[in-house]
Amino acid sequence: MLAAILSLAGLGTLFGLILGLASRRFHVASEGLEAELEAMLPGTNCGQCGYPGCAGAATALASGEASVSCCPPGGKLLAEALAERLGVSLDASALEESVPMVAFVREEICIGCTKCFKACPTDAVIGSVKQIHSVIREACTGCAKCEHICPTGAIELDPVPVTLQTWVWPKPVAA
Amino acid sequence: MPNTCTPNPSSAAPDTSVLTRLQRLFKRWGAHPDARKHPAADTTITPLPLPPRLILPLTQHIGAAARPIVAAGERVLRGQMLAEAQGNVSAPIHAPTSGTILGIGDVPIPHPSGLTAPAILLEPDGLDEAIAFCGVDPDTLDPDEISKRVSAAGVVGMGGATFPAAVKLGLGRHSPIPTLILNGGECEPYLSCDDRLMRERADEVVSGARIILHAIRGSEALIGIESNKPEAIAAMRAAATAWPEIRVVPVPSRYPMGSEKQLIAWLTGREVPSGGRSADIGVVVQNVGTAAAIHRAIRLGEPLTRRIVTVAGGAIHTPRNLEVCIGTPISALIEYCGGLNEEPARLVMGGPMMGMAVRSLDIPVIKGSGGVLALTGAETSEPDAAATCIRCGSCVDACPIGLLPLEMAARIRGGDLQGSNDIGLKDCIGCGTCSFVCPSRIPLVQYFNHARGELAARDRSKLKNDAIRELVEARNERMEREAREKTEAAARRKAERERAKAEAAAKAAAEKAAREAQAAEERSHA
Repeated sequence: MLAAILSLAGLGTLFGLILGLASRRFHVASEGLEAELEAMLPGTNCGQCGYPGCAGAATALASGEASVSCCPPGGKLLAEALAERLGVSLDASALEESVPMVAFVREEICIGCTKCFKACPTDAVIGSVKQIHSVIREACTGCAKCEHICPTGAIELDPVPVTLQTWVWPKPVAA
Repeated sequence: MPNTCTPNPSSAAPDTSVLTRLQRLFKRWGAHPDARKHPAADTTITPLPLPPRLILPLTQHIGAAARPIVAAGERVLRGQMLAEAQGNVSAPIHAPTSGTILGIGDVPIPHPSGLTAPAILLEPDGLDEAIAFCGVDPDTLDPDEISKRVSAAGVVGMGGATFPAAVKLGLGRHSPIPTLILNGGECEPYLSCDDRLMRERADEVVSGARIILHAIRGSEALIGIESNKPEAIAAMRAAATAWPEIRVVPVPSRYPMGSEKQLIAWLTGREVPSGGRSADIGVVVQNVGTAAAIHRAIRLGEPLTRRIVTVAGGAIHTPRNLEVCIGTPISALIEYCGGLNEEPARLVMGGPMMGMAVRSLDIPVIKGSGGVLALTGAETSEPDAAATCIRCGSCVDACPIGLLPLEMAARIRGGDLQGSNDIGLKDCIGCGTCSFVCPSRIPLVQYFNHARGELAARDRSKLKNDAIRELVEARNERMEREAREKTEAAARRKAERERAKAEAAAKAAAEKAAREAQAAEERSHA
């Protein structure tokens, strides 16, 4: 009984010493930039970037091998932060979401010139000569062709109004 | 039939195999939120006096909004239809009392967006005159006729989902659905409206169950009630004694046991297939409140204009259960319960797990509102305290459907909504158990709600783009046709001009020839 306790305790101490020494002897110093990048990454080691964990991704980012948008869980916010830290330009248009727009005729200054009516590629504008024009919202793509052609500036583009049917839960702010 | 009082087999275990029951020991989905049902659960249902104004939103159900059929200034009676259903999945809205229509306008309604929506405003006159209701004996009715009457009474799922009840009843039209499950789970903390209903009006619920069974041509009804409601179980068993086809089955108290799919799996051992409906496996689920509403709609001929609401939460002076007219602003409910002890940290309509936070006290009670909760800071969690995911897998163990919430949320965070949908978002029931158990307090269910909405929006925009492509093609075709017609018309005009010219030339030549001939003749005469 006593022999077993002593021998196991001895073994434990021995292996502990070996591990402790090895961690000092074979310590890999991580560079400042890599450590900083790793701290910015989510730290979940999910592997979606294709590198071995967040530390691997940080190394690849620091060496310029990986793109700043390589981390799907980090999303747009992280990509922006990484781009800023690394001083590279981020293709913002690829990540940015555009707000859908719809044309609207300000009836008090519409002169019924039919120019917008002719320019509309989807027949979304209805009207006739010297009659106030109107936009069918469902058919409008917000292409702004009519806005540019209107001689009186009576057409403006507004964001598509949110209704109960089109409202979407906002995305939670990333932690 | 009531005299065939056979011993009720209601105490029998659910119809599941031994293997399924053994598996349950290892699959411990769900969570055990603090129930906090008392003291509201100990109070009897009290009718709330009429408020000075009723607000009746046109969208109180899933599906198309109802269309108003009354005008401002009109006097209406209790039970009169104010807005008719539009389409198959919709529900009409009736006047909860007699009074005058003040108008129809946009008001804040119970919706997580906080947006406004059109509603009918009714000023009660206090006389409470009703139209003549004509109840019938459901046994004399055709199943189709039951479905029609339930639809006309505006009955929707009272458990919160607000799906028009008649649509579910109509599912038995083509082939009978053998099993009806009445959902008396009420697994949401705080809420006790179904509990009180089953304790005080068990006969109505049982009668409703029999009407539904008749409508779907079913053979058995299982009433699942969580084991934390022993009084409700006893009351329902007493009421169901006379009907051997109706069995009351206690189910464990665990969130979300009151979810349709979980209750079906527990009671029958069958799973609703992914993307399918419960009717596919021969089951229809209705809330106990819906059953009571169907009973009133058929036997008494009364449309759905009232419901039981639990008013609770730490900030409420006297929590209790009230029977209120649909359209009553929640301020009237809170006032009747002695007002607020303190400024609530959050106002919730529905349960704390799946309900929605609301900002105003002017918001009306609608058909699906089971609770009005005024929660104190101690009862809510900080919304901005989310940390990073530590991949502990708590959400995976808790998910009642067996999905991977952490992975789904990671994909959504990265913008891969379709990928998230493919690995299970499409089967998510949005119960919020994952968010509840997450030690990092990640708002997982909000990610899923967001992704759902976003995917639906993408589908809508795809439909719109297809329609617009057709418009563009139609326009291009028209422009081409117009251009072709123009050139053809020009060519035609040109040909006509030339023909006219040729004719004129020919005529001139003929005249000239005639003149010359004449001249020659004259000369010859001379």
